[in-house]
Amino acid sequence: MKQKIRTIGLALTVIVVLVGLQRLLQPKYMGQVIEGAFIGEYYKETTPHDLLILGDCEVYENISPVALWEEFGITSYIRGSANQLPAQSYYLLEDTLRYETPRAVLFHVAAMKMEGQDREAYNRMTMEGMKWSSSKWNAICETKMEEEYMLEYIFPLLRYHSRWQELEADDFTYYWKRDIVSHNGYYMRCDVKPAEGFPAARRQASYHFPDSSWEYLNRMEALCREKGIDLILMKSPSQYPAWPEEYEAQIEEYAKEHNLLYINCLEKQEEIGLDFSKDTYNGGLHLNLYGAEKLARYLGGRLQEEIGLPDHRREEELQRVWEQKCGFYYEQQEKQEEELRTCGFLKQFQ
Amino acid sequence: MEELIEIMEEINPDVDYASCTGLIEEGIWTSFDLVMLITEIREQFGVAIPAERIVPENFNSAEAIFALIKELEEDD
Amino acid sequence: MAFVSYEFLAFLAVFVLVYYVLPGRFRWMVLLAGSLLFYLASGIRYIVFLLITCVSIFGLTLWMERIHLAGKEEMKNQGMKGEEKKAFRAKLKKRQKHVLQLGLFVNLGILAVVKYTNFAIWNVNQWLHFFGGEGEFGFVSWALPLGISYYTLQALGYLLDVYHGKYEAEKNPFRLLLFLSFFPQVVQGPVSRFDKLKETLFEEHAWFGQRICRGMERMLWGFFKKLVVADRVAPVVMAVGQNPEELGGIYVLAGMLAYTLQLYGDFTGGIDIAIGCGELFGVELPENFDRPFSAESLAEYWRRWHMSLMQWFREYVFYPLAGSKSVSRIRKLGERFFGKKAASRLPMYIASLITWFFTGIWHGASWNFVIWGMVNGVILLASQEAAPLYRRFHKAYAFSNTPVYHRFMTLRTLMMVSAVQMFEYYASPLTAIRMFGDLAFVWDIGRLFDGSAALLGITLADFAVLFLSVPLFCLVGAIQAKEDIRLWVERKSGLVRFLVWFGLFLAVLILGVYGQGYDKQNFIYNQF
Repeated sequence: MKQKIRTIGLALTVIVVLVGLQRLLQPKYMGQVIEGAFIGEYYKETTPHDLLILGDCEVYENISPVALWEEFGITSYIRGSANQLPAQSYYLLEDTLRYETPRAVLFHVAAMKMEGQDREAYNRMTMEGMKWSSSKWNAICETKMEEEYMLEYIFPLLRYHSRWQELEADDFTYYWKRDIVSHNGYYMRCDVKPAEGFPAARRQASYHFPDSSWEYLNRMEALCREKGIDLILMKSPSQYPAWPEEYEAQIEEYAKEHNLLYINCLEKQEEIGLDFSKDTYNGGLHLNLYGAEKLARYLGGRLQEEIGLPDHRREEELQRVWEQKCGFYYEQQEKQEEELRTCGFLKQFQ
Repeated sequence: MEELIEIMEEINPDVDYASCTGLIEEGIWTSFDLVMLITEIREQFGVAIPAERIVPENFNSAEAIFALIKELEEDD
Repeated sequence: MAFVSYEFLAFLAVFVLVYYVLPGRFRWMVLLAGSLLFYLASGIRYIVFLLITCVSIFGLTLWMERIHLAGKEEMKNQGMKGEEKKAFRAKLKKRQKHVLQLGLFVNLGILAVVKYTNFAIWNVNQWLHFFGGEGEFGFVSWALPLGISYYTLQALGYLLDVYHGKYEAEKNPFRLLLFLSFFPQVVQGPVSRFDKLKETLFEEHAWFGQRICRGMERMLWGFFKKLVVADRVAPVVMAVGQNPEELGGIYVLAGMLAYTLQLYGDFTGGIDIAIGCGELFGVELPENFDRPFSAESLAEYWRRWHMSLMQWFREYVFYPLAGSKSVSRIRKLGERFFGKKAASRLPMYIASLITWFFTGIWHGASWNFVIWGMVNGVILLASQEAAPLYRRFHKAYAFSNTPVYHRFMTLRTLMMVSAVQMFEYYASPLTAIRMFGDLAFVWDIGRLFDGSAALLGITLADFAVLFLSVPLFCLVGAIQAKEDIRLWVERKSGLVRFLVWFGLFLAVLILGVYGQGYDKQNFIYNQF
């Protein structure tokens, strides 16, 4: 009997120590790099969203959900992540459907050209935050790079153990709980760095999107059709990387074939009202807060008109929840703008 | 036997060959020492010790070496 | 499949399970299946070489035995005696020798071609250039079959043992195949003797929890040495070896010691994993290391380092050479020129230098390794010649027998071994020789603190881990001098046992150099 208790005690100690160490060594994404926290934050939502936005940085840095709410009463969430691949967008959709069924899904088409992932770190930031499910498992199997192992996703300690040398104060501060860092998946930047132009895009051997991208776009389209969700394709107005005509043609054809709304914001810059000397924080790659609000206003208008996304501003519960979100949003904006006034740059992101 | 001990003392003195039984195992004799011994044995006793007989059991003591020499002499 | 990989651990777990689940008489077949799978995992086509070696050795040893048995029959039938018998036996031996030579030729031939072709080509090119030739031969890009240097030696050892009648040939070719391919030892040894390994390789081993635990403990220690120490110090060695211009002076010493630490951790760690792995199946592999840095002389070091290999070379190369007729003839010739006394040393010198030549070239197909081997041989011969002087020195001076002096001898041996090893990681022997100069004369210790240490490629925290590992090794060595450290730990209280093994496990898990490392820069998203 005593032996049994001892064994159980030992086993528990082992588990507690390992879990504790794993918690300590996993990056907290509260400092310079916060994007890794985004995917996991979705699960903290308490109210449903009519619009789900999927894609890479060109959605999570370019669209403001708060603006969508304030102007149109559209509830939205951006499940975007660094260099999100179409397969990962599909599985994130599948995952979201376990929790709610949005009325519309906006998918950013720039990732269609990706054959595989560029950097292992992006995969980690996209998939680590997902809750364990068949979607997460399949997403990892489908998109993991050669040097990645499923075992390291199951036990992140195996991936991050070498951080013992790089532990920061954040690792202790945020050991138990992490703050929310995004605004329904939006990455806020208030600084301004005007666009200066980009090198001309190099001619490629082939512009055909890889088969894997088509496969997952088709699956997304089928899943949306099955659930009665409107799938909207979009290309953001970011000036780089280039979006050549050959890519455009493939998406236009697909949208026509499947009767989907396709919004190419690059062609609507005037209507959106973008001014790339003021509305970008990194020289035209991504919009800042001011640009993101403008884009949100344009998209919100089109979506409400053409898709019929309802206006929820009169509903009490949503009002309450979104009031809090807006509070946090404006607070952050003020903080950033203040810092820009005094220091000239945002310390957190340097 | 005395002849043998004489040869061994020339190669590696300071060892009590009458009683020591761990010449190889205790590292008292190196493989070089052994080669010198085998060369001398060939010269003095006319016995060629084949390589496969050079194992610790046969060389751990002067007695064992002497027994080996006798055995090989008989085979001839 | 490397030992240090998730795949290997999974493979091992599965096979240990299958091994103990199946009934006893199938167990060695499980080992064979596992070993073949392990071998195929390194590349499907390489198993051809292993099979050729196995089939040739199997067939040839049986042939040798048949000659022997048929000869015995004939001797009995014809009632041979005395001189006739002796002559007939000599004839039989000669026939067997031809079979032996065929076996040696085929297998050494395979090894020579597969491993040394590029070395030969390089040398041919050098000669061509020397004689003013314009062209040069291109190198081949053949990969080495897994463990060919090791299993070939095991195969030849077996062939020679059967030739000398040490034991009977194995009649079951699959058992012989298991002997050659047993996966824990195929990667880097230890080199086993068939009669010794047979005792435990084919036996039915019952599940014995304590043995399994001990095996895992040994493997864990091996992983610690490899992952936490060897792989951590590896960048330092690479930096110093590839950048002798910038990392000269005091860094030569640093690199030299780093290499010794790396080699120790990697090799003894790998062997611990191998032997521990064998223990999981109840198979006893021979020890390869016996606290090598407790040695007080280079000769003693070589009795404690890579013991299975040294024994192989001693038994199958050194002694046969020393006692061979050709060497004897050279000695007789030498007597005429140098006198009897001096000439009696010739067998030792010739056998030694030839053996060290082959030891060197076995370690690596380049002149660096040959020189390394020969330098070792020369130092050992010099020590042998100086032995009388040492004996007088130790008799005359009392302080030379104190523990302090013995520690000095240990340190001196460590330095000597490390210094000679420099030939192994500098690109050319000439660079190594130049670096010896720095080692002896350039002691700019200040350079360690002027920031240039960053060129070594590891962090301060890494250095801290390395510096702590050395006393840990010394402590373990001190305990091992008296008993197996696992038994020593087993005698301690439950809490201590838990702390030791769980602590070691955590050390490997957290401090081990595996996976992708964490470079914050990679997580900063930028599109360029």
